[in-house]
Amino acid sequence: MTRRNVLNYLLGTTALATLAAILYPIIKFMIPPRIVESSASSVVAAKVSELKPNSGKIFRFGSRPGILIQTPAGEYRAFSAVCTHLDCTVQYRPDEKLIWCACHNGRYDLTGKNISGPPPRPLEAFSANVRGDEILVSRG
Amino acid sequence: MNAWISKWGEWLEERLGWRAAQRLLEHKEVPVHRHSIWYYFGGMTLFLFAVQVCTGILLLLYYRPSAETAFESVQFIMTQVQFGWLIRSIHSWSANLMIGTAFVHMFSALFLRSFRRPRELTWVSGALLFFLLLCFGFSGYLLPWNKLAFFATKVGTDIAGIVPLIGPFLLRFLRGGDEVTGATLTRFFGFHVAILPAIATVLVSVHVYLIQKHGMSTPPSVDPDKAPKMKFIPDFLLRDLVGWLTAVTVLAVLAAIFPWELGEKADPFSPAPAGIKPEWYFVYMFQTLKYIPSKILGIDGEVLGIMFFGLLGLLLIITPFISPREPRTGRRSLLPVVGILVLVYIIVLSALAYRT
Amino acid sequence: MWQRLLLIMLISPVPAQAAQKAVESSCVRCHLAMGDQLAEPVKLSAQDIHFQHGLSCNNCHGGDPTKDALEEAMNPRKGFVAHPPRKQIAALCASCHSNAEFMKKYNPRARVDQYSEYLTSVHGKKNQAGDPNVATCTDCHGVHGIRAVSDPNSPVYVTNVAATCGRCHSDLKRMGSYGIPTDQQEQYSKSVHGDALMKQRDLSAPTCNSCHGNHGATPPGVDSVANVCGQCHVTQWDLFNQSPHSRAFAENKWPACVTCHQNHLIVLPTDALLGVEETATCAACHDKGSAGYMAAQQMKSEIAGLQSRLASARDVLERAQRAGMEVSSPIYQLSEGRDRLILARVQIHRFTPAILQKTTAEGESIAAACEQSGWQALAELAYRRKGLAVSAAILLCMIGLLLLKIRQLKT
Repeated sequence: MTRRNVLNYLLGTTALATLAAILYPIIKFMIPPRIVESSASSVVAAKVSELKPNSGKIFRFGSRPGILIQTPAGEYRAFSAVCTHLDCTVQYRPDEKLIWCACHNGRYDLTGKNISGPPPRPLEAFSANVRGDEILVSRG
Repeated sequence: MNAWISKWGEWLEERLGWRAAQRLLEHKEVPVHRHSIWYYFGGMTLFLFAVQVCTGILLLLYYRPSAETAFESVQFIMTQVQFGWLIRSIHSWSANLMIGTAFVHMFSALFLRSFRRPRELTWVSGALLFFLLLCFGFSGYLLPWNKLAFFATKVGTDIAGIVPLIGPFLLRFLRGGDEVTGATLTRFFGFHVAILPAIATVLVSVHVYLIQKHGMSTPPSVDPDKAPKMKFIPDFLLRDLVGWLTAVTVLAVLAAIFPWELGEKADPFSPAPAGIKPEWYFVYMFQTLKYIPSKILGIDGEVLGIMFFGLLGLLLIITPFISPREPRTGRRSLLPVVGILVLVYIIVLSALAYRT
Repeated sequence: MWQRLLLIMLISPVPAQAAQKAVESSCVRCHLAMGDQLAEPVKLSAQDIHFQHGLSCNNCHGGDPTKDALEEAMNPRKGFVAHPPRKQIAALCASCHSNAEFMKKYNPRARVDQYSEYLTSVHGKKNQAGDPNVATCTDCHGVHGIRAVSDPNSPVYVTNVAATCGRCHSDLKRMGSYGIPTDQQEQYSKSVHGDALMKQRDLSAPTCNSCHGNHGATPPGVDSVANVCGQCHVTQWDLFNQSPHSRAFAENKWPACVTCHQNHLIVLPTDALLGVEETATCAACHDKGSAGYMAAQQMKSEIAGLQSRLASARDVLERAQRAGMEVSSPIYQLSEGRDRLILARVQIHRFTPAILQKTTAEGESIAAACEQSGWQALAELAYRRKGLAVSAAILLCMIGLLLLKIRQLKT
């Protein structure tokens, strides 16, 4: 085996290894991952069976909390759960039928409007829709 | 085995006539001299462009070009898709490397006067390609739809809007409306993956064809007939491969150790982040605009600045037609002086921008 | 002639009807003409809310504004009073401001009980007893040039209240004989509430009148001050009332919130306030070894434990993030852990460690999960670096072999 043949042989095998090293991640990339992409513009906030009239639930929306309520009349509404005063997480008050912030006693009505206490602005409203047995909340 | 290959060769030759290309490549030669090293940069730029096309196509499998989904889709690629982080980081890094080698390639052709007759159109197509690459960079930068990109695009298109006469039209054309919105994103996506690649295909084909037609240019100091020659296949190509594999290694290291960041999702209602700057290949222009006084002789300073760079761009394109011919006397040529001044200006202003 | 011009210029912000009345008033004309000190009240009247509603000098001072001659215009028989005595100022203002029918014409929502409130206050009682030092209406609201309370230039606009009260209450000479401290304004300005109102411009933050009242300014008694705090700090107040401290404090006549948090110099409570160290308040009452002492110790350790868990989780996640890994999801979840810490700090006021422990346990499990995600991200990073090493090795081999081939071809 001449030196040239050894070199050619090594070149050939290393070339194949290089090609494999490049193709391996590419092929893996093209295979779709198991987790389906969930976009943060629309999330399943709850199942229909989870929420009763005159109750609320906190869920994750993107990187911030959201609140999904079912009004006493049975309508679904969703808002950002970040209080507009100092960013505490709000909650639903079934006894007062409104949204309340425990930190400084801020109150919002069922349209998200700030009606009492320190909050300076209404809660950002999202749209809530029922799809089958799921309640889908999306921005705007 | 060999008989089988030659049979297939005959079949293809009858239908495609590919042997002409094979003959061209087999006979292609590259001059060897002191400045031969610069010959590699054109091929390097083309290689990195090919990397962009490949990684770009792969990213297309998962990217979603709308304001509601773009950021999340890139986040998905970075976190959930296998080797998504690698493909995306390579795409971002290679874009910058490619523009870097394009700068080197262009300046080397300038200083080595490769644009002399009959290669003027090679230069022109190259200059246009350079601007095309900047457009690729500008349009691609917006696609992840993060805060930095959003504001960089806002500022960049604002500047486009200042161009006299066509400015307002240009702004609306680029933005797809009056403001930077999801419409801008979709439009930039269209530019980035369809319109610019189509133009690039034409320009690259013209540029590469012209290089094959005229062969490699030799600098004025080298006699083309006396200089030793290197065969393209296998010698030059092997050296090309070394360069290209080195580039791949560099990209792999960069992607693994300095992954391209995701940033925060763009929010049109939040204020611009402090100290925003465009990408490095625009930064010297951006910094220049900062130094121009607001009014010069009654004309808006910014408008003058943009006109100035526009003029420079135009001069770049027509360089072969305006540069001084070879000095027959011992008089020094102005060209390298101008070239060095421009280079120094770019470096100094970029440094100033990053110091603050 | 020029006086009329000056007049019109001065009073132009005032509605036309009122301006007309003012020009007709001899008070305004003469006093303006006299200049200097005597013209001051007229100049101030341009901003005065009474003038803007069409009232004039004679509505308070009496006299006859239609007459030019001094003896007729400033005739005591026409009700003229140059300087109403301090004891009678409140009643003078009340002659309109306590008249519901009259006030509703100008502002249907106006309150009309200020005077009756004032009479219940320390200021009111002393004023009626003849004390010239205490505040009456004009001291806080101004005398000429009175602006609406909602006007930011009014001395009783919410951000100006502390300074207005402080004009007297921080004055050692004036307050000396009453035997009350004079450091309230200074303390308030250093407090969380003072900072919130003055610096952050949070207009919902309390100032003097939020706790002490406006016109019925009486210091809250020992048993009532916590009710005031509890208006905003509802959760803490509710918890406190269920806690063992509630009865203990009532029996000993200790004021509820103020005992630990002070009244004017209320600073942001840190964890140092809780526990048995020197800086903490608990050990001031609870002797070593007592049930209260142990409870304080336990609560402190729960909270400190959760805080350090959260801090270490955040450290790992930040390291992963700085290295370029995408960890926004666990970072979001960590904020839920932080919520538990905030809740635990509120639950201290129940003074029952078991309740606290439930919350801190939840927080710690969240922090542990997040930290785990952080370590996983760092592990993935290490995996990538190993992968890089392997690939780089293959690539470098290839490059080396190519260089060898090139050298071989040269010979």
